[in-house]
Amino acid sequence: MSDSDKRTISLPVLGEVSRRTALKAGGATLGLAAFAAAVSPLAGLRGRLSAQELMQRHYKELSADDKARIFERLENEAKERYGADVKIKDPKAIPGVRYGYAINLSVCNGNGACMEACHRENNHDRSTNQSYIRVFEMPIGTTDFKHGDSTYTHDVPREGKYYLPVQCFQCENPPCVDVCPVEATWQEDDGIVVVDYNWCIGCRYCQAACPYHARRFNWKEPQIPAEEVNPDQGYLSNRIRPAGVVEKCHFCLHRTREGRQPACLEACPTGARIFGNLLDPESEIRTVLRTKRVFVLKEELGARPTLFYFFD
Amino acid sequence: MMRGRVLIPIVVFAALLMSIGLVRIMTIAGASPRSEFLAATMSTETVPDETPQWLVEISLPDGPPRVVTDRVDSLGRAVTVSCASCHSNFDANSARRSADEPPMSFHQGLTFQHGNLSCVTCHNPDDYNALRLADGTRIEYRQVMKSCAQCHAPQARDYERGLHGGMTGFWDRTKGPQKRKSCIDCHDPHAPKFPSMTPTFKPIDRFLEPTRPGD
Ligand code: SF4
Ligand code: SF4
Repeated sequence: MSDSDKRTISLPVLGEVSRRTALKAGGATLGLAAFAAAVSPLAGLRGRLSAQELMQRHYKELSADDKARIFERLENEAKERYGADVKIKDPKAIPGVRYGYAINLSVCNGNGACMEACHRENNHDRSTNQSYIRVFEMPIGTTDFKHGDSTYTHDVPREGKYYLPVQCFQCENPPCVDVCPVEATWQEDDGIVVVDYNWCIGCRYCQAACPYHARRFNWKEPQIPAEEVNPDQGYLSNRIRPAGVVEKCHFCLHRTREGRQPACLEACPTGARIFGNLLDPESEIRTVLRTKRVFVLKEELGARPTLFYFFD
Repeated sequence: MMRGRVLIPIVVFAALLMSIGLVRIMTIAGASPRSEFLAATMSTETVPDETPQWLVEISLPDGPPRVVTDRVDSLGRAVTVSCASCHSNFDANSARRSADEPPMSFHQGLTFQHGNLSCVTCHNPDDYNALRLADGTRIEYRQVMKSCAQCHAPQARDYERGLHGGMTGFWDRTKGPQKRKSCIDCHDPHAPKFPSMTPTFKPIDRFLEPTRPGD
């Protein structure tokens, strides 16, 4: 990103100061350790923040060499903290691809296998069963998930209910991106909204701006037994995230950018999930848009989700 | 020197092309049986100038089921018999709609909840090692989806379009194959309603934790 870009995008509250220049200036006057403690509202959570990590530049400014170095550092950290041999990669958006997802609410029965698949695929904290997906049990007649319940444990499906899986909708016009004061979250060319977990300062503005509760804050460092760590990791997706940053669904970009289906789709025992390239008129997802009456949640807000729902 | 530099990429490229070709031939040769009504839309043929697409593999029964008897062979394996070994001795009873009445000893425990169909709506009374369509046409067990599609047209249509039944593998079939289930992987043909399930996994959300003891 060029400096002129930055000037037009940066918010008045920060003036011309990007996170990086703020860090540099702060680091110079305070000394790194003191500054590290001062910058983060959750400094305590990030006790193990290293100087290299603190001085790491924005993802978009990283050269191939920088990335190789950073990925190696993160791989070593995973070994040290989790005892796992992981490989961090950084697959790029495929040209001519814009992802879309659709969920058939007539067949979704609320069993929640997608939530569990996400939990395992994306190296979520085991103690809280974290997942990017929530499945709401909904009374028939509304799509407002404030009337839904995500804690049901009884057998499904229930008479008079339907089931609504909610995750990040990779909005075309994402309000979460607009509010980030440091550009730690942005939309990629294939439509996926990503977070650079090493750039995020944990202010949680994005979490407040998302109308769909799709973003999660990492209150603690995830606990995962070594043998359960998924070693196939993406820098912008499922690598183990530090405490004190925000994370969310990334359409499994470390899989989908290699042409594979997202983990939640493969796990769905009812076949409710349909994924593909919105720019390919022959794709399954385009067939859904052409042949089914699809809807999105809170359409009136104008965020333009690219995850659609339909009833058969 | 120059020559080497130019040659290597060409050789690599040729090897790549060959490997793609080989892989395609292998997948097509090793293709599992697929139902005929799907063949039109799920063809492995590619339009010229397009990247070859990997196959969609559908799990289908290889042949008619076999019935387990109470005998074991000399190696201790259960002896199975084909459907026809008993049924060729009986005349078909086209009115039969359940396995509860005798002499259905081989079909004990079979639940039948599939509309008003009788056994021989789908099973072929002229050859119990096969099925039949509504017009009497004999079809093999591995063509079972044809049988389902006669009544469940919207589902069959959506299945053909990739919108019903789910899949695993690759969304982008220029990069790898796709595996799909058949109708009877999810729907027991004798009681096709999708079974009730117990949720096994629940995220524990912070805001749902009690904040004070006793909350
Ligand atoms: S669903 Fe929320 S987090 Fe995802 S892109 Fe839209 S606004 Fe952002
Ligand atoms: S919490 Fe959200 S808004 Fe704040 S820095 Fe991180 S990504 Fe940006």
